[in-house]
Amino acid sequence: MKIVLEHLTKRFPNRNKKVREDVIAVNDFSFEIPDGQLIGLLGPSGCGKSTTLNLICGLETPSSGKIYFGQDDVTNLPPENRGVGFVFQNYALYPHLTVLENILFPLQNLKGQNRPSKEDMLRRATEAAKLVRIDSLLERRPSELSGGQQQRVAIARALVKMPRVLLLDEPLSNLDARLRLQTREEIRRIQRETKITTVFVTHDQEEAMSISDLIVVMKDGVVQQIGKPQDVYDDPVNLFVSKFLGTPPINVFAGRVRGGQLLLGDDAVLPAPGIPDQEVWAGIRPEGFVPDANGALQCDLIQVEVMGRDTSVVCRHGACEQAIRAIVASEARPNAGETKVRFALKPNKVHLFAKATEARLSA
Amino acid sequence: MKRNWKGWLYLLPAMLFLGFFMVYPLIDVLIYSFEEGYNSASQTYFGVGLYNYSYVLHDPYFLQAVKNTFLLVIITVPLSTGLALLISLGLNSIKPLRNLFQTVYFLPYVTNTLAVGLVFMILFKKTAYTDGMINLLIHAFGGQSVDFIDGPYWAKMFVMSLYTIWVVMPFKILILTSALASVNPDYYRAARVDATPKVRIFTRITLPMISPMIFYLVITGFIGAFKAYSDEVALFGTNLNAAGMNTIVGYVYDMLYGDSGGYPSYASAAALILFAIVLTITCVNLLASKRRPQT
Repeated sequence: MKIVLEHLTKRFPNRNKKVREDVIAVNDFSFEIPDGQLIGLLGPSGCGKSTTLNLICGLETPSSGKIYFGQDDVTNLPPENRGVGFVFQNYALYPHLTVLENILFPLQNLKGQNRPSKEDMLRRATEAAKLVRIDSLLERRPSELSGGQQQRVAIARALVKMPRVLLLDEPLSNLDARLRLQTREEIRRIQRETKITTVFVTHDQEEAMSISDLIVVMKDGVVQQIGKPQDVYDDPVNLFVSKFLGTPPINVFAGRVRGGQLLLGDDAVLPAPGIPDQEVWAGIRPEGFVPDANGALQCDLIQVEVMGRDTSVVCRHGACEQAIRAIVASEARPNAGETKVRFALKPNKVHLFAKATEARLSA
Repeated sequence: MKRNWKGWLYLLPAMLFLGFFMVYPLIDVLIYSFEEGYNSASQTYFGVGLYNYSYVLHDPYFLQAVKNTFLLVIITVPLSTGLALLISLGLNSIKPLRNLFQTVYFLPYVTNTLAVGLVFMILFKKTAYTDGMINLLIHAFGGQSVDFIDGPYWAKMFVMSLYTIWVVMPFKILILTSALASVNPDYYRAARVDATPKVRIFTRITLPMISPMIFYLVITGFIGAFKAYSDEVALFGTNLNAAGMNTIVGYVYDMLYGDSGGYPSYASAAALILFAIVLTITCVNLLASKRRPQT
């Protein structure tokens, strides 16, 4: 099911009554989610991603704008008539019901012609349980399950009524690191098998990048960038997006462009053809540094962290407020005893942003 | 083990108080109840046996008191709990004026029982000068006036039950509104997304979630209703036997201090019978609540 969001805006009255101005949680969000894709809504806390999810679900109604599922305008439909499955951050499994009863719950709500027979319900519930691989736990209660298993039950409960759209709110935030890795692959697998258009919300960029077909980066209710994870990473539209994606994060230098050259401090480090002279932010990805005795960028070496395959080089440069973290191949790593290190830069890993607007500068 | 005595030392004050004011009187009551023909003036008795119990159990006043108490319990506990649940649900679903209503519903709890009893009496009593407000209302709707305070048994029972329900409800509403408010709203949102009908949300989600609190209220409600006494005095005066509206606790009190007072042995026996009844009912309640699946 294709989901179309048209100029979606959600305002909340300000909690602080002295301030008359409304809080705009989602601001003019337009996007067409292609059928059968896994979409990651990504952004820091309070950026409006959960509100967007609630709007798609129908738990919130938009202040303006339209939502379509396929051709149907669902903007004013309550959630129960939209055919959505929703997985809550805390799973919201009914603690007094067994796993099977939890999964059966949505089916037992169906009325009239839509109501399947008892055997049918049981068959569908077991199928959903098999899909998420919890079919051996059907008689347990949620309190007897691990976090990952509870998550699967919640997904099974959301899937059992065969929703047109599956929505997941921070699906992995309550899991420990190992389970998180496992579960995100599981979500990917389930989505592939069911081919249900799925939107999930996360503040963890790694999570979003690793399993999404498309990611939507949001900030303060405004969509910053939409695209395939790799494209957004390689080609961020502004400083915020470049900083938000990637671990370790991008290194941001205060630099300037003079005569088609990027200057960091007094070093001309890279040609910047076609960009008029101005002050800029230069974002350099950790993997954009190449140790080179003749490199243009000279930094004070602080520390060399060996990670096996790669080496993380921590150093300082006058143009960068924070310590710089560069990821280099282990064989090229500088000796820990040295005090200076020189790098050449990979041009496609260096992004320039206008000082004032923080928008991407490109030739 | 070495410093064990220190722990006991800390417990000593509480144990002394409990011993003097709880354990000793309890044992004393037990002893009194088996001493036949005990005379409180001379502190003598004829013998030891079950005569006191036999006397109490054959005393028509006691049997009337038992009947009254049981009726009161059976009528007021389910009704007050059910009504409190309805009111709490209502309170929980409104936003404006919620605090005001909560305060209004809580007022009976902080109001003096006897004062309110007086108000009830004025509302219901029929005197030579006035029929009382309720009777005026009944008249307005074309009914026959009834004396609720000195009239037929059912009328008196009705007033007594109404009064009891009115007095015990605030506490139940307080407990239930907070229980309802503590249910995670995500359950309701999940139920909404799954198109759960309202009735089903109530029976399958809300009720199980707050059932521990309901059981708590039922158990304490039973115990409280079995111990009813002061409310009856407030409505019908101190001579409850004459009014035919005595309760078991009232009977115990009368045996000790009433017109027919000075019979601590009968009072003790009656008190122990009441204790046995309450214990049994509470055990049954607890068993019933344990049999339900764990939440």
